[in-house]
Amino acid sequence: MNLKPTRLRMCGNWVLDRFPLAQVWNEHMAHYYAPKNFNFWYFFGSLALLVLVNQFVTGILLTMNYKPDAKFAFDSVEYIMRDVNWGWLVRYMHSTGASAFFIVVYLHMFRGLLYGSFKQPRELIWIFGMLLFVALMAEAFMGYLLPWGQMSYWGAQVIISLFSAIPVIGDDLALWIRGDYVISDATLNRFFAFHVIAVPLVLVLLVFMHIVALHEVGSNNPDGIDIKKSKDPWGHPVDGIPFHPYYTVKDVVGVAVFLIFFATIIFYMPEMGGYFLEHANFIPADPMKTPEHIAPVWYFTPFYSILRAIPDKFAGVIGMGGSIVVLFLLPWLDRGKVKSIRYRGGIYKKALMLFVVSFIALGYLGTQPVTPLATIMARIFTAYYFGFFLLMPIYTRWEKLKPVPSHLTTQPTLEERIPDMIAVFNEVIETKSVTTEEGTTELKKHFNPTGAKNVLIRTAKNLKESLD
Amino acid sequence: MKKLLSLFLLVLSVNVFASGGVQLQDADIDLTDKVSLQRGAKSFVTYCLGCHSAKQIRYLRVANDLGLDEKHVLDDIAPEGAGIYDQLHSAMNKHDAEKWFGTQPPDLSLIARSRGADWLYSYLKGFYVDKARPFGVNNAIFEDVGMPNPLWQLQGEQKPVFVNDGERRVLDKLVSASAGTQSPEEFDKTVNDLVNFLVYVGEPVQLERQKMGKYVLFFLFVFLAIAYLLKKEYWKDVH
Repeated sequence: MNLKPTRLRMCGNWVLDRFPLAQVWNEHMAHYYAPKNFNFWYFFGSLALLVLVNQFVTGILLTMNYKPDAKFAFDSVEYIMRDVNWGWLVRYMHSTGASAFFIVVYLHMFRGLLYGSFKQPRELIWIFGMLLFVALMAEAFMGYLLPWGQMSYWGAQVIISLFSAIPVIGDDLALWIRGDYVISDATLNRFFAFHVIAVPLVLVLLVFMHIVALHEVGSNNPDGIDIKKSKDPWGHPVDGIPFHPYYTVKDVVGVAVFLIFFATIIFYMPEMGGYFLEHANFIPADPMKTPEHIAPVWYFTPFYSILRAIPDKFAGVIGMGGSIVVLFLLPWLDRGKVKSIRYRGGIYKKALMLFVVSFIALGYLGTQPVTPLATIMARIFTAYYFGFFLLMPIYTRWEKLKPVPSHLTTQPTLEERIPDMIAVFNEVIETKSVTTEEGTTELKKHFNPTGAKNVLIRTAKNLKESLD
Repeated sequence: MKKLLSLFLLVLSVNVFASGGVQLQDADIDLTDKVSLQRGAKSFVTYCLGCHSAKQIRYLRVANDLGLDEKHVLDDIAPEGAGIYDQLHSAMNKHDAEKWFGTQPPDLSLIARSRGADWLYSYLKGFYVDKARPFGVNNAIFEDVGMPNPLWQLQGEQKPVFVNDGERRVLDKLVSASAGTQSPEEFDKTVNDLVNFLVYVGEPVQLERQKMGKYVLFFLFVFLAIAYLLKKEYWKDVH
């Protein structure tokens, strides 16, 4: 390429001679070869990055009008909602973004469980990811205190008091964290400092390490096979495609779909029925009045359920901490020889399905008040949660694996499945031509019970087959 | 699978049994009904502002959002002496409030967001005569609330009807004991307008964000279509 040396280009070259921009770009985007068969589950990594950026931008704007002071915090949030230009939009983007972050991250982690992305050689990526998850939980927990509503206050009170369950040093530790004997202005100030600078720095650093570690060993894929084993004459993986432009344009589609959901929540249901913004948090924090029912925000409820399910307070704290710690150990607990769930035995598929059920059930129970029945249920699901991980070294050894292909397989895309879907729809909803009294014929649609039954039986059979 | 399903149903039923007592009535909330909001604003200032503030909103905002001119708001709605840039402050000070009611009545700016419209509607209609209470009234929705019924002249007085549920005495319904200055239908409308106004005050930007949402979503769907076509174009040589 012989380009005319214009003045602008010369300035560009001056920078490129001193900074390896092109090299970084090529290494991580244009010459980073990713497997060509990423599916739906592979959108959530880039979406997590998008939400992180959203939280940074909206968070910076919020700090310009927010006052981290017990006297003014609540009113300053309402000031942002009412008197600051576009303040309501920025605040809803931030509050919805917090929940969206956890939705995206949970789905991202589930992808890891599906396709064995945590397995050798990607253990360190998983560890960095888990550290990110822990930092994200700290970030969300401290951010939730800032609006200084009743649920902010009492939620923080409950969680920090958990530290006092630790023998000997517990009470002093809780006091040290709060900076006071109760949650107070001192706590609000330090949580603000952690929320806006300390934890975000950790998050950025960990995201960097997560991506660097990923690009060192390369991305996993839905088939769980190493694409670097077969290369073309130029040394590129046969089954790989450059991340840019292929996955950048594909991720933009994912971003568009995500933003449609995100915008729907922001503009039409920012409270999300009390799950994203809890009703009790519209009452200013009052240290003298305990709310009837203290529930953390939805994304903490599975772990909160585990805490409540265990009768002893200290044991409960250990249990809750343990439920996070076992996730770190996952790469060494899973002894299955194959990565992807497509070629794993039925036992792992069933165990994973039940794990999803118990995680969601624990999450639901965590939002509900304690009743004897709910406690029993929470205990069963807690036992299953730990069983799934701790028994893994045993049950993954019995797995009957399926043969793993040497090249990536292609699954029908959503578009290619549309004719099948239409066929199923026509089976359930029959269209008949009926002659009316006037003698004209009309097409009438009606529900066909035998067709619906056949579809159900077929689905059940397929499900059973896919679980074997 | 069946066991799992029945377990799930059990969990759901835990939730259903938890609710009970007097059922909430449905408020008819329509923020596009400016006339209702104006009546609600007038009722709020007349009947609520004596004790409760709504300090997160200003008269100017009310004027702008409800389609009233500033002079009209100051003359007809705001109490005497209030300025257009003032927030809806109560005339009662903290000291008096604590002497008279034992506590300062809560600010009502966000009451519709914490309690919900149906709750407020049922609560305001739920006062009944109870001589055992300091103000002579109790409430069917909020038992032993420390608040008198500010709307009693409009509504008249209500008597409770109790039924025995096992050993407990449970409030069954309220019946009118004496007529007020408004008919029951007129009173329902007054309360509904008031609640409508409180819902507006809870989040004045509601209508604006819903209106804007349509354009944002329209843009995003167009963007999705273009992004999808772009992706297809780039990916057509990947097999």
